[in-house]
Amino acid sequence: MSAVKLFRIAVWTAIALLCGILIGFSGYLPGTNSKEALGTGTARFGGPFQLTAHSGEAIDNATLAGKPYLVFFGFTHCPDICPTTLFELTDLMAEMGPLADRFTPLFITVDPERDTQEVLAQYMTAFDQRIVALRGNQAETDAVVKAFAAYYRKVPIEGGRYTMDHTAGIILMDAKGNFAGTLDIHEPRDTVLAKLRRLAGA
Amino acid sequence: MFKKTTAVLVAYVTLVGPASAHDFKVGVIEINHPWSRPTPPFAPVAGGYMTLKNSGPDSDRLVQVTSPIAARAEIHRSAVEDGVASMRPVDGLALEPGVTVDFEAEKLHIMFIGPKQQLQDGDKFPATLVFEKAGTVDVEFVVQRKASEPAAEDHSGHGSSN
Repeated sequence: MSAVKLFRIAVWTAIALLCGILIGFSGYLPGTNSKEALGTGTARFGGPFQLTAHSGEAIDNATLAGKPYLVFFGFTHCPDICPTTLFELTDLMAEMGPLADRFTPLFITVDPERDTQEVLAQYMTAFDQRIVALRGNQAETDAVVKAFAAYYRKVPIEGGRYTMDHTAGIILMDAKGNFAGTLDIHEPRDTVLAKLRRLAGA
Repeated sequence: MFKKTTAVLVAYVTLVGPASAHDFKVGVIEINHPWSRPTPPFAPVAGGYMTLKNSGPDSDRLVQVTSPIAARAEIHRSAVEDGVASMRPVDGLALEPGVTVDFEAEKLHIMFIGPKQQLQDGDKFPATLVFEKAGTVDVEFVVQRKASEPAAEDHSGHGSSN
């Protein structure tokens, strides 16, 4: 076999492998149960769910209809990614000004056991007042996590305590309640701002 | 007899000032710019960060952190894997000889549990670090909104002077 032929085989094998990898990962939404999201279609994404805001107001998927919103999961016993996301969002919304009125940011706790409405109400005073913290009982929490094809898990740690694993990204939903993409607060600031402006319809 | 309160007080007096980066040292361990994020009111936890450098020939370990501002403090490592954020306690942080451990870069943080006060931008608070070999050192955390700028100059400074 000539060297040229060997080289061709090697190249085509590499291309085939690469295509396989790309196909394998396409449609994959990080941190979410992509099988479920894809299997049931986008119509199911975002609902149904029913939760209580830190202000005490009842909020469900129907209440949110007609205005874009963004959703991220977290808990107050998280010292790192959760407050960072909330502080960053606060900064970004200040920069956007009234444009940020055009979407509803939702912070949904995956730790309703410790994150009572009272805890959330105090916690949220540090952030942009347009950000809504939501909690539900165990069944309601399970339902909303499922609605966004997200993930959470209670993890026991030493001393009888626990921590929560949860989907890290921000899920964007358009005014019709359709999935409109994801956002990572660690992306370049301009990218994040562009995504938020697009969500706001600017 | 060594009085910890005095040491903390001295640290306070000497450190209150315009210094944006601050260093501490115990034996061969250098502690660079301990800082913490501001917390929302009544936040159950606060995260602290720093850079540790072991310039000695032997490995050491950060085994304990305490602070009068928190009920307890632990070393935690966060991860985002397949889009899922997680966090686990670290049982002692290994410091290999000649290696610098940047908490932020390595997704590590000191988890201050049950902060007794809300941490606000510009605040400073004391903490004590215990290393297995180098011993105990009092440090001061600075509360700042943004992660510190990469201390590139500091690092090159260490490199050329050591």
